[in-house]
Amino acid sequence: MGMSNFLGWGSRVRGLFADTKGPWGTSGSDGGGDPPTGDGGGQGSGPWGEPPKRGRRPTVVGGSNVTALDELLRRSRARFGGGGGGRFPPRPDRSLILWAVLAFILIWLVFTSFHSISPGQRGVVTRFGRYSYTLGPGVGFTLPSPVDRVKKIDVENIRTVDLGSAGADDLMLTGDQNLLDLAYSVRWNIRTPELYLFQMAQPDETIREVAESAMRSVVSRVSLNDAMGDKRADIEAQVAETMQRILDSYHSGIQVQGIAIKQADPPDAVNDAFKQVTAAQQDAQTYINNANAYALQLRQKAQGEATAFDKVYVQYKAAPEVTRRRMYYETMEQVLSKVDKTIVETPGGVTPYLPLPQVQKSVPQQQERQQ
Amino acid sequence: MTDFIRRRPIVAAIVAFLALVILLGSFPIVPETKQAVVVRFGKPVRILNRYQPGRPIGSPGAGISFRIPFAEQLVWIDKRVQDVDMQRQQVISTDQRRLEVDAFARYRIVDPLLMYIRAGNEQQLTDQLRPILGSEVRNELGRIEFASLLTPERQGIMEDVRTSLNRIARQYGVQIIDVRIKRTDLPDGTPLAAAFDRMRTAREQEARSIRAQGAKQAQIIRAEADAEAAQTYAASFGKDPDFYDFYRAMQSYQTTFIGDGQDKPAPTTFILSPQNDYLKEFSGRPR
Repeated sequence: MGMSNFLGWGSRVRGLFADTKGPWGTSGSDGGGDPPTGDGGGQGSGPWGEPPKRGRRPTVVGGSNVTALDELLRRSRARFGGGGGGRFPPRPDRSLILWAVLAFILIWLVFTSFHSISPGQRGVVTRFGRYSYTLGPGVGFTLPSPVDRVKKIDVENIRTVDLGSAGADDLMLTGDQNLLDLAYSVRWNIRTPELYLFQMAQPDETIREVAESAMRSVVSRVSLNDAMGDKRADIEAQVAETMQRILDSYHSGIQVQGIAIKQADPPDAVNDAFKQVTAAQQDAQTYINNANAYALQLRQKAQGEATAFDKVYVQYKAAPEVTRRRMYYETMEQVLSKVDKTIVETPGGVTPYLPLPQVQKSVPQQQERQQ
Repeated sequence: MTDFIRRRPIVAAIVAFLALVILLGSFPIVPETKQAVVVRFGKPVRILNRYQPGRPIGSPGAGISFRIPFAEQLVWIDKRVQDVDMQRQQVISTDQRRLEVDAFARYRIVDPLLMYIRAGNEQQLTDQLRPILGSEVRNELGRIEFASLLTPERQGIMEDVRTSLNRIARQYGVQIIDVRIKRTDLPDGTPLAAAFDRMRTAREQEARSIRAQGAKQAQIIRAEADAEAAQTYAASFGKDPDFYDFYRAMQSYQTTFIGDGQDKPAPTTFILSPQNDYLKEFSGRPR
């Protein structure tokens, strides 16, 4: 831990002095990941090469006549070689640590003083734990970290909580003491981030409980048919309103955006009976449709026949006797031309025992037809 | 000083560390969400960031504070609205029907000192509040009828529960914000089965009534059509009943003996007497 920190700071310090490169350019990537061998990095543009040479120049100049490479190697070994390395050459390292600390503080200040807040967010600033102000979207400036702390809260994002489910143990009682299987979801977002953060111990749990409480209290005021039918929108609106009122009374900073009833069904145990009602409604409609068809047919038939009679009657009125006879003969013609005829001339009528082949012939045929 | 550090670096580091700990410990940071009771050698002496109604967030209270290191301890107590959930209770209404009730109460610790003295910590506080909430809910709801049990909010009953619970909770330095019924369910077993039976029979009754109504309406439609047809016939045929008789007879003969075009009628054999009206010209007798 101490070692890695040390490495990190050292590299950052050297990064700062490497004025040909950006402060974050090389040092960030070198950060403590490279093994401090020193051999490879001795010359030129290697990660440990140039910056320490420049940075160290004032201290090194008078003391030693070894080459820069040797000096660097020695120091690298001493610095990174082992646990006791830091104590042996104390003089150069002290200023290194100083620079490291300074750079760290500088970075710390920059990182903890400027805050980028995205459009859907707010930054709640607390100064030593006490709420100070809320940052809007954009770049916000605060005092550095131990003093001011910023908690970013997503306010625009609408969250959804699903409640109720297809479980027999989650039934609601309606106003007419029936049971309803209800699944719904609550959409909410944060209206006042500081209230949301500091007022409620368990805001998410609170939303669930308040939603359930509100939904059950509203459902217990409507009948089962209303809840399953066209009163759904009313229920949703009422629940949202009730929830908002309760949450406001807690100063929760939460805005209820809406309730959506996803499912409002009778419990599984009695679902068949409800299906029977639907079937009965269809049956009833079938009866009515059939009756309407019959009525239509009958009316048309009556009108047709009446009209036909009227037409004939007009003609009949013009010449009653002739028309009557004509109709009679025409009918008889049609009838008698299609049937078997026997004409018997007996004054006393047909003798009962006379065998009538035609009659006998027709009897079995008739029976066949009946079968 | 510097010599000492150079000679005894480990000792110096330990001393510096201790000094830092003491320094930090002397200036505790009280967050917005907490209040603290400062206890000096076991005796509570003052309260940090105490909740005061109507005070907006960010008012003085929270923030950096001071205590005497070692001598004073801080007991942290939540400042936010918290909830206590009641265990499911079976409530019996005045008309002897049972209902399972789930309720919750929201509370805030408004007097941390009292709460610290009477309950000790928050866990114990909820442990003590929970049974009280349960019994209050049972008592108040047991006084009303089943039908009003379903909508206790409307009756102001929950407000009564809140008031009486608040009276007890105040002894713990706790303010009850509200008490709400989360769920009211019929108990499993007989009451639930009975409710299902009732629902089922009610639906069956509804189904039967719907069918009967449909049949009734169908019958009315048919009867109306019959009546209208009869009226149409009467209006037309009534002009000359005698001619209608003849006309209809002719039609009837055709239908009976020739068929109406759909069914072929049974074969018919006519045995006619020459005296028949149709054959009266057949004999050639003078008129």
